[in-house]
Amino acid sequence: MANSQEFVSRRIHSLLGLVPIGLFLLVHLVANYSATRGAEAFNSTVTFMESLPILIVLEFVFIYIPLLFHAIYGIYIAFQAKSNVGNFGYLRNHLFLWQRISGIITLIFVAWHVWQTRIQIAMGTEFNYDLMASILSNPAMVVFYVIGVLAAVFHFSNGIWSFLVHWGITVGPRSQRLASYFTLVIFVVVSFIGIRAITAFIQ
Amino acid sequence: MADKLVHLIITRQDTPDSTPYKEEFKVPYRPNMNVISALMEIQRNPVNAQGQKTKPVIWESNCLEEVCGACSMVINGKPRQACSALVDKLEQPIRIEPMSTFPVQRDLSVDRSRMFDALKRVKAWIPIDGTYDLGPGPRMPEVDRQWAYELSKCMTCGVCLEACPNVNEKSPFIGPFAISQVRLFNQHPTGAMNKHERLEALMGEGGIAECGNSQNCVQACPKGIPLTTSIAHMNKETNKYALKRFFFS
Repeated sequence: MANSQEFVSRRIHSLLGLVPIGLFLLVHLVANYSATRGAEAFNSTVTFMESLPILIVLEFVFIYIPLLFHAIYGIYIAFQAKSNVGNFGYLRNHLFLWQRISGIITLIFVAWHVWQTRIQIAMGTEFNYDLMASILSNPAMVVFYVIGVLAAVFHFSNGIWSFLVHWGITVGPRSQRLASYFTLVIFVVVSFIGIRAITAFIQ
Repeated sequence: MADKLVHLIITRQDTPDSTPYKEEFKVPYRPNMNVISALMEIQRNPVNAQGQKTKPVIWESNCLEEVCGACSMVINGKPRQACSALVDKLEQPIRIEPMSTFPVQRDLSVDRSRMFDALKRVKAWIPIDGTYDLGPGPRMPEVDRQWAYELSKCMTCGVCLEACPNVNEKSPFIGPFAISQVRLFNQHPTGAMNKHERLEALMGEGGIAECGNSQNCVQACPKGIPLTTSIAHMNKETNKYALKRFFFS
């Protein structure tokens, strides 16, 4: 039997990107979106999230561990490629490069974001609308957050396209083209939700 | 017409370990020239653009009709066969380099052994030998034969490896062509009898998992082989096989 460790790791990497990480991204951005209905609405969403039972276990099993695996293995994948968009300027080749760039940007953003929010909470800060509003009162932070969210959503949308290929769902060129349009729509819609939520914290 | 010249800039290398360098040539133009005939002009009269006598440029070629794959080289940035690269259709100066994915032997001649090793690894053949006469194999449906024929056009030329961003010195990827060949031999009714061996090879080191879907291979393939379709199809087959192996054996 051939050594298929690499194969299994890649498949797990691909699967984790969609479930649970992609799903978590959607839930997170939709939850943020409640801020568009005011501080009250956002704070009650936060209270609901914090009221979930065994929250810390859920966080580790569905967020931290999958995310760490996806991130660390993803760095290895990203730096293994030797980009050649100069000679091969096709759309998919550009997206291949941007999938890797957006992954690295997302990783930097998420690390910073976790430090600013989750770790501060763990150290005793109370999390609410005002905390985010004070972070986003800095214009540089707004830019950083917008870039971070766009990178994450791009990585997620284009990742769905790759997932469909890696799992043999879209096989022929026609279904792959259709998947490109589909994931483009996802990118536009989810980006809107994400950025609209950021602007809701700017006073 | 005798004074019309073809301007070539060739990346040369004297030995497998020496440093590559560029040399310019201006060879007399003839109608309907291809890159091979321009290289043959240099062979006939090995004088560079500065008028100095130099070593003739080494390259490989056989069929001269884009079916053997031997004369692949990077022409104006794109890997392709020199025989089907017509001078009239190329921007001048024509930049010619060896395919950097492979070890250069000399000038434009590269060692494509890794491709043949990859074919051996995925067992890209159909075993038909037995200790006695096995008789005729099962028939192949005509509809399958038609698309399998398209896959069989692969000439191991190396263009898909050169175009792939995941085939490089940091990665063990065997390349898109080998995955497509597994699809070809697994589709064959007799070849299908050993398909698990090829699937296991694809799941091994440097196998199908290394594909990052840049899809350059299908754009670059001179034979128009649907490489990305083959890869996605083999993704499905290897996943099915892996799950079956995990749960049922």
